[in-house]
Amino acid sequence: MTQAPEKTDAEGPPIREGHVRLTIDDQVVDAPQGELIIRTCERLGIVVPRFCDHPLLDPAGACRQCLVEVEMGGRKMPKPQASCTMTVAQDMVVNTQMTSPVADKAQQGVMELLLINHPLDCPICDKGGECPLQNQAMSSGRAESRFVEEKRTFAKPLPISDEVLLDRERCVLCQRCTRFSRQIAGDQFIELLERGAHQQIGTEETAFGEGEDFQSYFSGNTIQICPVGALTSASYRFRSRPFDLVSTAGVAEHDSSGAAVRRDWRRGAVTRVLAGDDPEVNEEWIDDKTRFAFRYAQAAGRITRPLVRGDDGELHEASWTDALERAASLLVAARDGEVVSEAPSQTLSVRNGTSITEDSGDSADDEETEREPKRGVGVLPGGRLTVEDAYAYAKFARLALGTNDIDARARAHSGEELDFLAAHVAGTGLGVTYADLEEASTVLTVALEVEEEAPVVFLRLRKAARQGTAVHHLGQWSTPAVVKTGGHLVACAPGGEPAALDALPDALAEALTRPGAVVLVGERAAEVPGLYAAVSALAGRSGAKVAWIPRRAGERGAVDAGALPTLLPGGRPIDDVARAQLASTWGVTELPATPGRDAAAILRAAAAGELAGLVVGGVEIADLPDPVLAREALRAADVVVSLEQAHSEVTPYADVVLPVAPVVNKSGTFRNWEGRDRRFATTIDPSGGSSGRVGGTAAITLPDCRVLDTLAVEMDVDLFTQTPEVAAAELERLGVARPARPAPVRGPDHPDRPEGHHAALVVTEEEYLVATPAGLAEVDVVSVVEVDDEERAATTSDADGGLRLATWRQLLDGGSLLVDEPELAGTARPPKIRVSTATAQRLDLHEDDVATLAGPRGELHLEVELADLPVDVVWAPARVVEPGGAVTLAGLGLTHGGPVRVTGSHDGSQR
Amino acid sequence: MGMFDGLAGFGVTFSTMFRKVVTEDYPRVKKVTAPRYHGRHQLNRHPDGLEKCVGCELCAWACPADAIYVEGGDNTDEERYSPGERYGAIYQINYLRCIGCGLCIEACPTRSLTMTNEYELADDDRQDLIYDKERLLAPLLPGMEQPPHPMRLGEDEQDYYVQGPEMARRPDVQDQVREEIPMTPGAVPGEAR
Ligand code: SF4
Ligand code: SF4
Ligand code: SF4
Ligand code: FES
Repeated sequence: MTQAPEKTDAEGPPIREGHVRLTIDDQVVDAPQGELIIRTCERLGIVVPRFCDHPLLDPAGACRQCLVEVEMGGRKMPKPQASCTMTVAQDMVVNTQMTSPVADKAQQGVMELLLINHPLDCPICDKGGECPLQNQAMSSGRAESRFVEEKRTFAKPLPISDEVLLDRERCVLCQRCTRFSRQIAGDQFIELLERGAHQQIGTEETAFGEGEDFQSYFSGNTIQICPVGALTSASYRFRSRPFDLVSTAGVAEHDSSGAAVRRDWRRGAVTRVLAGDDPEVNEEWIDDKTRFAFRYAQAAGRITRPLVRGDDGELHEASWTDALERAASLLVAARDGEVVSEAPSQTLSVRNGTSITEDSGDSADDEETEREPKRGVGVLPGGRLTVEDAYAYAKFARLALGTNDIDARARAHSGEELDFLAAHVAGTGLGVTYADLEEASTVLTVALEVEEEAPVVFLRLRKAARQGTAVHHLGQWSTPAVVKTGGHLVACAPGGEPAALDALPDALAEALTRPGAVVLVGERAAEVPGLYAAVSALAGRSGAKVAWIPRRAGERGAVDAGALPTLLPGGRPIDDVARAQLASTWGVTELPATPGRDAAAILRAAAAGELAGLVVGGVEIADLPDPVLAREALRAADVVVSLEQAHSEVTPYADVVLPVAPVVNKSGTFRNWEGRDRRFATTIDPSGGSSGRVGGTAAITLPDCRVLDTLAVEMDVDLFTQTPEVAAAELERLGVARPARPAPVRGPDHPDRPEGHHAALVVTEEEYLVATPAGLAEVDVVSVVEVDDEERAATTSDADGGLRLATWRQLLDGGSLLVDEPELAGTARPPKIRVSTATAQRLDLHEDDVATLAGPRGELHLEVELADLPVDVVWAPARVVEPGGAVTLAGLGLTHGGPVRVTGSHDGSQR
Repeated sequence: MGMFDGLAGFGVTFSTMFRKVVTEDYPRVKKVTAPRYHGRHQLNRHPDGLEKCVGCELCAWACPADAIYVEGGDNTDEERYSPGERYGAIYQINYLRCIGCGLCIEACPTRSLTMTNEYELADDDRQDLIYDKERLLAPLLPGMEQPPHPMRLGEDEQDYYVQGPEMARRPDVQDQVREEIPMTPGAVPGEAR
């Protein structure tokens, strides 16, 4: 290909449309118009040194390390040019450091300049060993420094948030961090400050001594893309060196994004998690929860040996054989309704010394003489499962327990949701993708606070919004996510979402009919009766594509694997055809025919003494819609078998606890919200050998599917799910069998729906207070849904002050996988009560004062912040970490859209 | 076969009889090694007792036998083991693996790691041959203080690296060091070479 540069334009094949032909280092190359020179060089395998350039960030030209010589029209440009900001042009001649001594010298000069104030403290720097500055100083710098004067020094390290530490001496001012925060995350909390030698990265806090620090759910990405060790993480600080880490590709386990991650580990423990590079899913970004929450696998509460409750009522470590035998015999007895020995599960005591007060249980037992015998076992697998584990649970319930009483939804749920999942989700395969979001003309999010509940999706939506997609949020106030994705809020009262969807503003309703429009619905739709039906109707009406985005990583897989009361694996409904087909594949004669109970019904039945046993997976009691009922159910059940990684609130109720492996110690597949299979291999295989290099120091635990398989064998049933691979293969063989015409989603008005229907609070235009607090000025569309006065009158009662609650969970709220992460917890958004100015005035609340949020079962004290909520609507986070443990609004008896009482604390007493 | 052939064999015996004896009287008399002999490692201290090791793991990286294990730690104002931000929280050398090559010494950026002339590295228990930080650290000399303690030689670590070598070169300090640990010439920075 090497030709004399000056002859090229006349020769060679014709140039493709939209391309230009240029010469780089004597090679002729065609490049698409508008491509940056540095990218074209990359394609040719020529590496131009760079710091500020990042393919996913807008060009900045900040560091000048990428200088090359450029010749246009036969004339050399007077000075070397930054190849990361200059685009290719026809007949351009580029000479990089490979062929041009001028470019090489220029690069060396820049490197010398960058190193002048650099502390050269590589031995103690966390980036040492994987540092672009180290590498490029070797490749493009001079061996000797000519600088003998005193270097500029700064105090270090400077925490700019609980998780991110800044070392200003090492910074090369490339502005990758500030550009990431501004462009990708939309969190403008770090900026370039000062001038000259004192130029530095900082926050309001570092600049003025007080103010806001670096508040972002995505701050960890700046650490990863910082080309030097200027930004480091507090949790990884001095933990290890890149060369003693083993890097294993994995998949994010904390949400349904399916984000690619890289886990770096040493001696059986993960030391850090980095974003993997998957352009189709998470590009190169992950949220801080995925990045920083991984120590749970080493936490003190981990269970590594089976526990069996002995005659003394205490849990004791036992061998697998004993534990499985005991669990199997208890479950068989419970399943068949045989009387289970009274003793063990009655005396409860918590391992940690705190004991559970039993006020209701004992006295009731005396009178219980001639009731229907308890019979049957319900299964609550929880939402954190891999597809394979969910499949094992689904099969275990049907074959070993002979029931459809299985529900992986450890959160607010409804029968309407089951209809929706059957109609729009189960077995549908890859549906709406991240790329679809980016290309969509219009996106509407419903019951989904996207930054809090699906942060990686939020990043895509923000990217889409920056490229022109209109992203509308159906919600209550201009949350950060609304503001950062273009500021289109369709405001409605909590509980009024279905009505709002039926009466969307005309422009939006019209936009949703255009091709490529997408409606994203969150799992919280189950909290509002009629919302799933309304979404389904909207989709039918407008033709917009619908995607369901649950919070937890395992929910989508659980739907497809049949870990639901009304769905069998592969999206099959519980009808005779599907049952017969499944029974023959599974090699059994018969499968349970009646649709099962959902999670709430399972718990109700157990509490009422109908179900004899419960098999509970990774379920946090506080997350269930009615934690009080759940505790009651666990207490009342004769048999409780818990499969858990760590001690939980279920443990003290369990008769047998079987330890299961955390995500890093097993292989499997998470099916993300798109329906994309995200397969991952075992990160650390504790059974793989004895030396530290293969992870021998981690505890040996088994995946759920293996534990269930062995447990089933003890019950004389074969699940054939010994390994995730076998389970996946069988699920694959089963294939998908969706009904040709899925049943419509039955809303609360449908006769089949016994559940009540709490009508929405009504908001009229005048009442919606368009208060635009500073910083929210970009909120340009606020449409208000009107519902008629009659309904308003029916729903607003004066007894509770007419207040309605809007609520959802925040990203970092002390979930059970966030243990032992104090730095991460420090970056959580502070939980606050939000009300509008008018409501605050009426209730006599003042910003930053502590107010009391009260429900039927208790109260919570939080600071007040003013926001643009509808009048008489109060927003509060659904889960709050209190010193004594997590408090959920559901636990206080409060629901989204339901009544709530808020009072200011005038005496100033805080707690 | 000549008649003296039988006697010739004794030639070697007789001639050796009058040579110097090569048998070592070890362990009664300890062998004095060459001054640069590669013996057991030592983690040196600054003149005020703070550790020189910054936990950088470069020694572990350099080691061809994978004999060294290091984990860094974060110094705080309340608990300081070395000047600067970082110290070696865990430091182990496995003498079952070490081949005595000394590459780790070359790698150490702070001259924390040096080698003594101590060669008695045998034991009857494999575990005991993994030397940890306590066994590798140089003994405290007069004027030194057991870490953790604040920096005594200056405001920041720069002062240590600037003043440390100077102090170590002072004759009184050198005499002191020789007295305390006669077999470790490498322990006195600036003295060797
Ligand atoms: S902190 Fe890192 S990413 Fe930010 S400007 Fe400095 S070198 Fe660049
Ligand atoms: S002397 Fe050689 S083998 Fe021994 S620890 Fe040092 S580098 Fe490793
Ligand atoms: S002994 Fe030297 S090379 Fe080894 S960790 Fe300590 S300072 Fe680094
Ligand atoms: S990479 Fe081109 S100016 Fe920084």
